[in-house]
Amino acid sequence: MTDIGTSRPAAQAFELVLDKGESRVAEFEVRARSPLQKLQHFLHANPTAVPAIVLLLGVAAFGFTVGPRFLSMFNLSLIIQQVTIIGVIGAAQTLIVITAGIDLSVGAIMVLCSVIMGKLAVTMGLPAPIALLVGVGAGAGCGVLNGTLVTRLKLPPFIVTLGTWSIFFALNLWYSASETLRSQEVAKIAPLLQALGTPVNVLGARFTYGSFFMLGLVALIWFVLNRTAFGRHLYAVGDDPDAARLAGIRTDRILFSVYVIAGVICALGAWALIGRIGSISPQAGQTANLDSITAVVVGGASLFGGRGSIIGTLIGALIVGVFRNGLALSDVDVLWQEFAVGWLIIIAVALDQWIRKVSA
Amino acid sequence: MNAGPNVPGTVPLLQARGLNKRYGRVTALDHADFDLYQGEILAVIGDNGAGKSSLIRALSGALVPDAGEIKLAGKPVAFRSPLDAQAAGIETVYQTLALSPSLSIADNMFLGRELRRPGALGTFCRMLDRKAMQRIAREKLTELGLMTVQSINQRVETLSGGQRQGVAVARAAAFGSRVVIMDEPTAALGVKESRRVLDLILDVRARGVSVVLISHNMPHVFEIADRIHIHRLGRRLTVIDPKAYTMSDAVAFMTGARAPIDVAA
Repeated sequence: MTDIGTSRPAAQAFELVLDKGESRVAEFEVRARSPLQKLQHFLHANPTAVPAIVLLLGVAAFGFTVGPRFLSMFNLSLIIQQVTIIGVIGAAQTLIVITAGIDLSVGAIMVLCSVIMGKLAVTMGLPAPIALLVGVGAGAGCGVLNGTLVTRLKLPPFIVTLGTWSIFFALNLWYSASETLRSQEVAKIAPLLQALGTPVNVLGARFTYGSFFMLGLVALIWFVLNRTAFGRHLYAVGDDPDAARLAGIRTDRILFSVYVIAGVICALGAWALIGRIGSISPQAGQTANLDSITAVVVGGASLFGGRGSIIGTLIGALIVGVFRNGLALSDVDVLWQEFAVGWLIIIAVALDQWIRKVSA
Repeated sequence: MNAGPNVPGTVPLLQARGLNKRYGRVTALDHADFDLYQGEILAVIGDNGAGKSSLIRALSGALVPDAGEIKLAGKPVAFRSPLDAQAAGIETVYQTLALSPSLSIADNMFLGRELRRPGALGTFCRMLDRKAMQRIAREKLTELGLMTVQSINQRVETLSGGQRQGVAVARAAAFGSRVVIMDEPTAALGVKESRRVLDLILDVRARGVSVVLISHNMPHVFEIADRIHIHRLGRRLTVIDPKAYTMSDAVAFMTGARAPIDVAA
């Protein structure tokens, strides 16, 4: 084989006419699209556009109907405070949903961790930083259990976390003996646990450290998802796990670590939860599970995996917060707030299905 | 058949002996043998269900055989995952392409071997060097000449089937340092695009890299292959020299219409 690469074999006879044909190869043709198709393509390329538009419309609508009571800096910053917990737990949920999983145990992990932090620091008198660390460790441990069941036993995440939801919640009731630690007690013995509830006033707006903590967490996760290999691999695993494996990604390792990371974020959410409500109750944060999924879905992530963004989830949480707050200020009964949130979810998923059908 | 006229070297670069793989009652590989020499293009042909893909998956680490031995440059290797094979310099274009539709072209090219920023940003923040990856991805695709891409950051799901195949082929050709395995690399391509891929295969060989080509396109196989491995019923039936046999001979062997005279050991 001395002539390697020096000569090209003669082309097939049927290819000889190619010279006379078009010389372009597989170019992108720009087809005329209807306005609706253009919109579909735009939304497909910019998954956070829908939630961002809905959020702006929501703020405008309530600003118009409710007026300055809604649009005041104080009220708008209150909404951010109100969505702190959902934002943090939703961040954990986003990572899981991107891998085409779902974590129904996030709320239970959060409550369990808050109870552990409180019991250790307040009842047993351990230094608060140690109690915090143990709480975060417990969150990681919960994630290890979820991740092991999903990657080793290959059980569907929905079933695994449905089971661990009950398990973690039962452990939480047992460990707390169903008792609530009062806010004053916590403030006296372990004020560090309430640190994220510390208010900060900026130009009439009232934030808490928890709000900034949530925004910082969102920024960090945005970086990880978009600027690190781990983030890219999360999308690849959610998109098509077989393809990701063949491309050389250790899919099990990615999946396992995402459940552990979610557990740690939930434990940090527990810290924010104590700051938000002051007391430590085994019955707190009951709605966090479904609210986090709502925020993720309304934020434009796909439950089928591979699509979703952390900014979308933050906006999704804000949309739910704006609707709840706006409807409350309009003196609408709580049950109609739930009614509205329910429709939000369905419309969000219907939109996602429509956007996914975009023609290539 | 250990040293035919077209065998470029004497020690096979990639060798398999007695590979076995069963799925329940189905035998995908039945004591399959395989020899690939340095710098050659080996075509693997066989009827549907002959076990070509299983053989290729075993060589690329995507399938762990029940029994048998694989040697790379004379040394036994045990690939537990595609990552192991990639680390050994073996790249594969799978029939399914193994691309992530929601990631960009550049992301897909570097999936699993991303480049990090130099300095602290890369070491401690593990930040990706997106500029470098986009630049290299663009170069590789342009080299291949397979397509004019509007943006290297386009999501793969917005590409046509042929363009996707181009991305997968470019990825394997760019990273394969010893062996590039291509499972039906021109299946989704038109006449002109197929010709580009054949040229690329010759370029890869010119770099001294061995190529395994699985294809149903007999004219292409006979045009560029140095040797043709005929797979039948889960094992290697024979290896033929494309200059000494005709396409109808090969088809007769692979379908069992005729038995080869010099059956491989």
